[in-house]
Amino acid sequence: MAASYFDVDGTLIRTNLVHPTLWYLMHQRTPMRSLQKLARAAWKTPQMIWAEMQDRRMFNEILFSSYEGISHDRLMILADDAFNDIMKKALYPHAKDLISRSRDEGHDVVLVSGALDFLMTRLADHLGATHVIANRLEIKDGYATGRLLRPVVAGPEKARLIRDHARERGHNLDDCFAYSDSYSDVPMLSVVGHPAAVNPDSKLERLARTYGWPVLTLDKSVN
Amino acid sequence: MSHPLVVTLDRKSAPRTIFSGDRLVEVDLPPGTRCIYPKAPIAPLKDVEAAIRYALNHPYDSEPLHAKLRPGMKVVIGIDDISLPLPPMRRPDVRERVLTVVLQTLADHGVDDVTLIIATSVHRRMTGEEIRHIVGDRIYNGYYPDRLYNHDAEDLKNMVEIGTTDHGEVVELNRKAVESDLLIYVNLNLVPMDGGHKSVAVGFCGYKSLKAHHNPQTMRKCHSYMDPKSSALATSVERMGKLANKKLNVFTIETTINNRMFDRPLEFLHKNEDDLSGMERAGLKALTMTLAKVPQAARQAIFQKVPSPYGVTGVFAGSTEAVHEHTLARCYEQYLVPIKGQADILVTGVPYISPYNVNSFLNPLLVQVMVNGYLFNMYKGVPLLKKGGTMIVTHPCTDMFDKEHHAPYIEFVHNLLPETRDALELHKRYEEKFASNPAYIQAYRTGHAYHPAHPFFMWYWGEAGRQHTGRVIVVGADNEYIPKLMGWETARSMNEALEMAKDTAPPSPDIVLMHMPPIVMAEVTA
Repeated sequence: MAASYFDVDGTLIRTNLVHPTLWYLMHQRTPMRSLQKLARAAWKTPQMIWAEMQDRRMFNEILFSSYEGISHDRLMILADDAFNDIMKKALYPHAKDLISRSRDEGHDVVLVSGALDFLMTRLADHLGATHVIANRLEIKDGYATGRLLRPVVAGPEKARLIRDHARERGHNLDDCFAYSDSYSDVPMLSVVGHPAAVNPDSKLERLARTYGWPVLTLDKSVN
Repeated sequence: MSHPLVVTLDRKSAPRTIFSGDRLVEVDLPPGTRCIYPKAPIAPLKDVEAAIRYALNHPYDSEPLHAKLRPGMKVVIGIDDISLPLPPMRRPDVRERVLTVVLQTLADHGVDDVTLIIATSVHRRMTGEEIRHIVGDRIYNGYYPDRLYNHDAEDLKNMVEIGTTDHGEVVELNRKAVESDLLIYVNLNLVPMDGGHKSVAVGFCGYKSLKAHHNPQTMRKCHSYMDPKSSALATSVERMGKLANKKLNVFTIETTINNRMFDRPLEFLHKNEDDLSGMERAGLKALTMTLAKVPQAARQAIFQKVPSPYGVTGVFAGSTEAVHEHTLARCYEQYLVPIKGQADILVTGVPYISPYNVNSFLNPLLVQVMVNGYLFNMYKGVPLLKKGGTMIVTHPCTDMFDKEHHAPYIEFVHNLLPETRDALELHKRYEEKFASNPAYIQAYRTGHAYHPAHPFFMWYWGEAGRQHTGRVIVVGADNEYIPKLMGWETARSMNEALEMAKDTAPPSPDIVLMHMPPIVMAEVTA
């Protein structure tokens, strides 16, 4: 049996890591608290832009520090709404087809994303994916500390996590598939035998054309 | 006495100019070589619209179209895709002209639930602009994309099994076509292997049905593709089509065109080199030199961007089989050139185009399709080449692919062919898995890629030719790797190729040159 590894943001859905984060910040206990959280996040914006240009992992860590002080209960209670309001609506119409094709082939379907695990599990349930490799917030005394648990899922680390997953599940990586839209995921695409670029950015498209990887076009209009 | 289009070369004959991909090359062939030239284009119909109306009102073995109509009925119109004709036809395409009359007739009879589907089977989806070229602006603007779209053989919920033939062939077709009250098929019949039952039974089917006949065993039993009565492929398709016609209400409209592939400035490409005027000879020289100098993209543009001025030679309507008999007769009238005696050595240029690379590059797998598939099969009767004979072809065999249209071909050529060239083994070991590759399927469904089963079908397409031909020698290949992968030898010049071929040919071998394009078919008697 083989596995199909899917990057999520930009590959299967239109949103990125920022959208659900903003949603959570806007849905705090009181409007004042939401304002405070949003202001703090806005303050960090230049830092995030700089980090995004340097290293995706650094960006993730700064972005997710905005969750500091939010209770675990609140994160979970609001997760269904966050998923429905932000992610479900942003799914590309053909994303489900692609995943169900992979399932029909008997593949493990694994979502590999820098997004948070509790949202990814909901997306996985909705799409029929079997596993999730996603970021996890550190929780202490029932509250998010704003730090991510190791390993942080981003860039080359995704490739290592895919190798580990395949090894644990007994998959031959040559038989596995990986899908992404971003040049930053080239490591993840490179470890499998069947990489594919989905609505790729220009750098990834050039690379995919050079190596003869399939370039898939998924309609970007949302459901 | 041989046919006037079979020209025997002598010492004074001019060199022949033949295609080598999108270039032209001059070749010197020994005296005694017989060259088969295409027939002149047969005269087109004077009033095509009148012929269309006449065909719809005087159909073969069917009521007239208007008698089949009732207000409120659901009508689906199937249309041949851009693989026909080659190169694409100058606007208005004959399909636009037929559709205009048909849609008007439907409207006049209160039929407004009309859907037009391009019957692509597992070919790539046509782009909007390609569809516009075929159906014209008015129909395109009125119907695209909601009521005019490409068939999707992998939209499984919209495919439906209608039965199985007595040979176990599963007939699975487009649901919309199956559930229509009337299915009208508008065909453009370029060569005798097109049309007939193939239009619906192949154009609207999916992988499940295609694999019943697009397999090495069936392909080996085709002698030739251009002679439906001697083609196991056509026989299988006919069984499936008959079943479809039993369950569906099908009204077939077929059209034929002449072989006027090149317009005035390039008309000399139709002709015997010895008969060219001074101006034409200079024009041919200039074109040959220009093509040798300009980059590949410019060469592709010269040939592919200029649609051909084909003339419409026939419009036939009615029941599928009755219509197709007339269509075949008109096709043969245009293409067949009688020749007596088979060749020990068959020489032919491989042009830049095949049904599968309209608006893209003829990649190595398609070069194989042209050589072992189409060019070898351009005969009726006995094969033009003797069993075990040698084909000498001219083509650069460049290792280049259109990365979008032919995405699955790349993996097939570079990963599978190095493992084996044996069609049976490729079929058994790799086809099923490759054909269900989710990434390639998605590229077929939402991009413009051929279905992942298609490269296998292309290899099988060459199977009858491969089984029959002793050797293939390529002249002018720009690399050794691709010809070797195809199982071919290479030569630096035509002379060298002929010397190589003579090693395995009888003394004083019979050499024949098929001078095409335009299309010519040999009607061979042994």
